[in-house]
Amino acid sequence: MTTQTDTHTQLAAEVAGLKVNALQDGSGPNIVVFHHSTGSPGWIPFYDLLAQHHTVTAIDMPGYGQSERPSWARHPRDIAIMLHSAIHKMGIDSDAHLVGLGFGGWVAAELATMHLHGLDSLTLVGAAGVQPEEGEIADVIFYEFEEYVKLGFSSDDAYAEVFGDQAAPELKELWDFSREMTARLTWKPWMFNRQLPPLLQELDTPTLLLWGEHDRVTPIGVAEVYDANLPNSTLKVIEGAGHLVELENPQAAADYIAAHIGA
Amino acid sequence: MFIGYFTERPYQDFDSGWVGATGREIEDLGMTNGDYDPKVGAELYNRYLDEKVYAEEMGFDGLMLNEHHSTPFCMGGVMNVEAAILARITKRAKIVLLGNVLPIWEDPLWLAEELAEIDMISRGRLVTGWVRGTGRESVAHNSQAPFNWERFQEAHDFVVKAWSTPGPFRWEGEHYQYRYVNPWARPYQDPHPQIWIPGVMSRNTVKWCAEHRYPYVMLATEIEPTKQSFKYYDEVAQENGYEASTEHHGYLFKVHVDETEELAEEAGRKYISGPANPFLEGNQGTVRSNLQNLPGLTSRTQLLPTVSTFAAAARGRQDAQQAALAEKDAEVDKQDSDAFGTYEEQVNKYSIITGTPKTVIPKIRHVLEELRPGNIFFWDGDGAMNHDDAMRSLRLFGEEVIPAVREMGKELDLKGAFEVNTGSGAAFPGD
Repeated sequence: MTTQTDTHTQLAAEVAGLKVNALQDGSGPNIVVFHHSTGSPGWIPFYDLLAQHHTVTAIDMPGYGQSERPSWARHPRDIAIMLHSAIHKMGIDSDAHLVGLGFGGWVAAELATMHLHGLDSLTLVGAAGVQPEEGEIADVIFYEFEEYVKLGFSSDDAYAEVFGDQAAPELKELWDFSREMTARLTWKPWMFNRQLPPLLQELDTPTLLLWGEHDRVTPIGVAEVYDANLPNSTLKVIEGAGHLVELENPQAAADYIAAHIGA
Repeated sequence: MFIGYFTERPYQDFDSGWVGATGREIEDLGMTNGDYDPKVGAELYNRYLDEKVYAEEMGFDGLMLNEHHSTPFCMGGVMNVEAAILARITKRAKIVLLGNVLPIWEDPLWLAEELAEIDMISRGRLVTGWVRGTGRESVAHNSQAPFNWERFQEAHDFVVKAWSTPGPFRWEGEHYQYRYVNPWARPYQDPHPQIWIPGVMSRNTVKWCAEHRYPYVMLATEIEPTKQSFKYYDEVAQENGYEASTEHHGYLFKVHVDETEELAEEAGRKYISGPANPFLEGNQGTVRSNLQNLPGLTSRTQLLPTVSTFAAAARGRQDAQQAALAEKDAEVDKQDSDAFGTYEEQVNKYSIITGTPKTVIPKIRHVLEELRPGNIFFWDGDGAMNHDDAMRSLRLFGEEVIPAVREMGKELDLKGAFEVNTGSGAAFPGD
């Protein structure tokens, strides 16, 4: 997995007195990506695929990775407000397509509800944020953090294909470290916001709901609730993939997104 | 010297398969309460209360209770109820709560009221104590782990103010908010019961405790790390302009006394049988490290350090975790052993002291000479020990051990927190 950063542009913005960092590459209309609750692993092959026709900006959400922790933040909505400002300060004012992965999808959905006509498109990939009618969003508290990441794949073999039998210590540390910020932002209820579904009803931004067929972290019922509340949404399922579709099948994920945003 | 008695009050159901080497796994937060038998619970709660009453008769200064949640190794989920009963049915002994898990209280005003009632019913015999709790407690009562330490400190400040400042007042804190604080129950003791803090190693807690001049009670830790923690307490005390002494140091350790060496060994081995505390020496249970290591329960640095140093630290920690797990796996197969070693090893390093009064008393002396605590608790009647085991030991404590330990305390000048005021360093009036 590529984690090197020297071939990508590093961006930084100051929001509420705190540094927010991002990596950027490619050219064309802007795609902004919010990472999972396990943190940003750096520049991944999925971003290269998106960057073939777009400028891709992968942000370390506040409190994760190289972005400073807002110790006062208590909800993903706080992070969404900060990111809205960060994106603006990074010079991404228009033509922005927002892609949120997992927990980052929840943050993206919160941002979209506060920025109703400002996004060209929204893509929620295995996003948390709403309560499914059946089942529940997997709770990291009951897993070793590496087991939790494994749960993000359709199988242990799929995990091993990406990370090997043992993930690099740097990645394990990233996952372990990132849990703390996530636990500061969501605890009860775990991984959803009861205020979000009614607000989604006001959001007419074209929204792609992209789910892995074997998502063991965010059940498909979450996508169905998003789909039922969003006026302009499409649900697509990637066969054979788990929660982390961008790692397990980056080509399919990038193709769906490219088709959605009209590349 | 202050001498207390303690047992964790394990849920002992000999028909459950959990007691003894039956192969039924005792896993932390991995056991269903569908197997809980309230009739067994009823017998055990009453038994443990009876033993506390007898402990008072046998001359113990303090009856210590503790609190854990959703686990069979400690039935004190609502320890304050037991404390309230003891307040009424005992006469002299202090009721020592070590302790309420402060961060999991959503409404610490309610706690302030409960403790004040207990203090009044006992006519001023409450010693209150507070802990942060393990990950299990945060999960069981769904308290947000990253704010555990902040909530501990704020709840402490709030309860102390609710006890000692005439109301009404308003409290708009970070984690707790009240528009009207004016509890119609105030502690019997003025300004409030003594506050003792139990712990196992956390430097954060030791430092905070020393800054507040509260006695710090080490819970069954090994002798050398216990010494180091007391030393750290003393250093913080000096930084805060006072000399800590024996009254600031407490120690809980496992001591069982019996009529013969054979009976003592038989009962002593029961410390590490049955649903005893899986986090301390003496258990056959399985801990779940993800519950021990909840995200944010111990706060990390705010930014990831550079990858190279971080990776090195991670490798070191992972190696240590894997080594510990491998060690535990190897031990699990051994009967009469736990993650820390065999019964014999624990006896050799004074983690378990058991014998007749004649053999036990010199070992207690060794511990007291090494650690010099002014407040001690004997941990007995635990694991798979039954009522008879507990009562034989309590009788011998009363007849022979406590009198001998009191003499040692005088000889070694080990003053407890009811002889010298830990806040001022002055002797209490009348002592």
